[in-house]
Amino acid sequence: MFSIPHIDRAVNDADSVKPMNSPDPAEQAQNSMTAMPALAQAASERQAGVASSVLQRIRTWQPRSSRLPDAAFRTLILLTAASVFAIVVFIVWELVDKSRLSLHQFGLGFFYGRNWDPVNGDFGALPFIYGTLLSSFLALLMAVPLSIGVAVYVTEMCPVRLRAIISFLVELLAAIPSVIYGLWAIFVLAPLLRDYVEPFLAKTLGWTGLFTGPMYGIGMLAAGIILAIMIVPIIASITREVLTAVPQNQREAVLALGATRWEMIRMGVLRNARIGIVGGVILGLGRALGETMAVTMVIGNRPEIAKSLFAPGYTMASVIANEFSEATGDLYLSALVQIGLALFLVTLVVNALARLLVWSITGSAGRARA
Amino acid sequence: MNQTATAFAIGAAVLVIVPLMAIFVYLLIKGVGALNWAFLTQTPKPVGEVGGGMANAIVGSGVILGIASLIGIPMGIGCGIYLAEYGRDRFGDVVRFTADVLNGVPSIVIGIAVYSLIVLRQKHFSAFSGGIALSIMMIPTVARATEEMLLMVPNNVREAAFGLGIPKWRTTLSITLRTASAGVITGCMLAFARVAGETAPLLFTAFGNQYWNLNPNQPTAALPLQIFTYAISPFDEWHRQAWAGALILIVMIVAAVAAVRIATSRGTLKGVS
Repeated sequence: MFSIPHIDRAVNDADSVKPMNSPDPAEQAQNSMTAMPALAQAASERQAGVASSVLQRIRTWQPRSSRLPDAAFRTLILLTAASVFAIVVFIVWELVDKSRLSLHQFGLGFFYGRNWDPVNGDFGALPFIYGTLLSSFLALLMAVPLSIGVAVYVTEMCPVRLRAIISFLVELLAAIPSVIYGLWAIFVLAPLLRDYVEPFLAKTLGWTGLFTGPMYGIGMLAAGIILAIMIVPIIASITREVLTAVPQNQREAVLALGATRWEMIRMGVLRNARIGIVGGVILGLGRALGETMAVTMVIGNRPEIAKSLFAPGYTMASVIANEFSEATGDLYLSALVQIGLALFLVTLVVNALARLLVWSITGSAGRARA
Repeated sequence: MNQTATAFAIGAAVLVIVPLMAIFVYLLIKGVGALNWAFLTQTPKPVGEVGGGMANAIVGSGVILGIASLIGIPMGIGCGIYLAEYGRDRFGDVVRFTADVLNGVPSIVIGIAVYSLIVLRQKHFSAFSGGIALSIMMIPTVARATEEMLLMVPNNVREAAFGLGIPKWRTTLSITLRTASAGVITGCMLAFARVAGETAPLLFTAFGNQYWNLNPNQPTAALPLQIFTYAISPFDEWHRQAWAGALILIVMIVAAVAAVRIATSRGTLKGVS
């Protein structure tokens, strides 16, 4: 491309001269199109009020032929953006509306009732809340060290050629549908647990009371493990992003003070990325709380609270998946929808918190992550 | 301590890759064994009879995903255009946040909402309601990807268009969007791959079907649904078919993602950054 010196200068000057009236961010975006040296100077010579209205009219002027199509297009686009709001509002509305019956019948006692008795119409959600929280907590316990380990390895220790391959493989874990995870868990993971892992755990750690009882393979432990495998890619990819966002001079400063590589990672990198890592972990928690299919297939589907991790359990998402299409009676359906409402609110809060934390590190433009 | 940490990090990487490899290996071994031409062309046979296939589930999945893409992709791209072109202010931040919130809603909750909105009113299950549920899940992903790609188009391209007198709507559609098209298509395919494997919202919207059905207003079989039903059943024959179905599903998804990568690496965006 050829360059014309005086036009280049004019363009560069235009970008560096700020108009006097302080525009809001929407106007700032238009400034780059219309800022010209002469106009900007004229603006600085006049009074702010007159100049701003003249400049306003110049900046927002549109040729008559395109005024209607532009307005129509803008309205159309605004509608699609508003549709996102509309969808969330409609989800909340439907959930509240359909759970009204159960809310009226049980009130808040629904959430600490221990009986799930469709036959007698007595519904209590505590076993599901317990199952959801326990399986998610187990998953986090196993996934967080692994994800941070993988992320640290990929960003700090890995030979450069391996970096792309390992990142790709970890992202591939995220692409596998959860029903395939469940399928694998039923036929591979559960027999593995039943035949090797659970007897071993019962022998060595059985005294804690967490590893007692019949060893089905299917149960809370299997659910925790498969959930951990599913949330590792999320936590790992966010951790990797925040670790690469730590400026290089932090690492160099710690190394200059004589730290070993692990000390450099711990003090220079991990400490700076703490908030982002916490955000990633909370995001993984949000995913684990809402995960349905893989958990339904291996958790054993028994609505009781048991101390042992070998025992079957039940989660909020699983009970909806299993019993919704066969629910007899309005109260049953309404109770299930109330569980859905609780699940929605919990994941809403968790995801909002996570997004706020991650955005504070990586900037509001954010990432389009699933 | 340094060596321990290094060993732990390497161990973590290995421990994460191992289940991935295991899943793919098992899928290949068990899936290929059960895959044959009958599987791809026949509908399910009654329990106890050998053979039968998931042809209706594969086609049904295609129908449901087609409906979902028809609704979800234009809405998502529209929302992305808003976020990139018109929404650089506070309201745009709120929309962006809401899109992220929608992204995090559990898929089963979306299924419940669509059930009460459409299935209860129509008094029957349908592929159409399944498509709507999946499109709701596609919109945030497509919107964020579109926004990111549109923001990457340099401002002077837009300015050159304005300088030539092209109105804003025309610029956005024919110039900015076209420049970013490779990335936008990538985003759409990624959203597609994500919802292709979703089962939970289809459990009580599309509901599944043992027979051929091409009518979007009737319950329709879907591949992930069929895999789920077969996997939790007590019949060995169905377990074999579940593995084969899972292999087809993962091949579909990987093929979609790979096609996107090939198309964009060879594609229109190479010169412009």
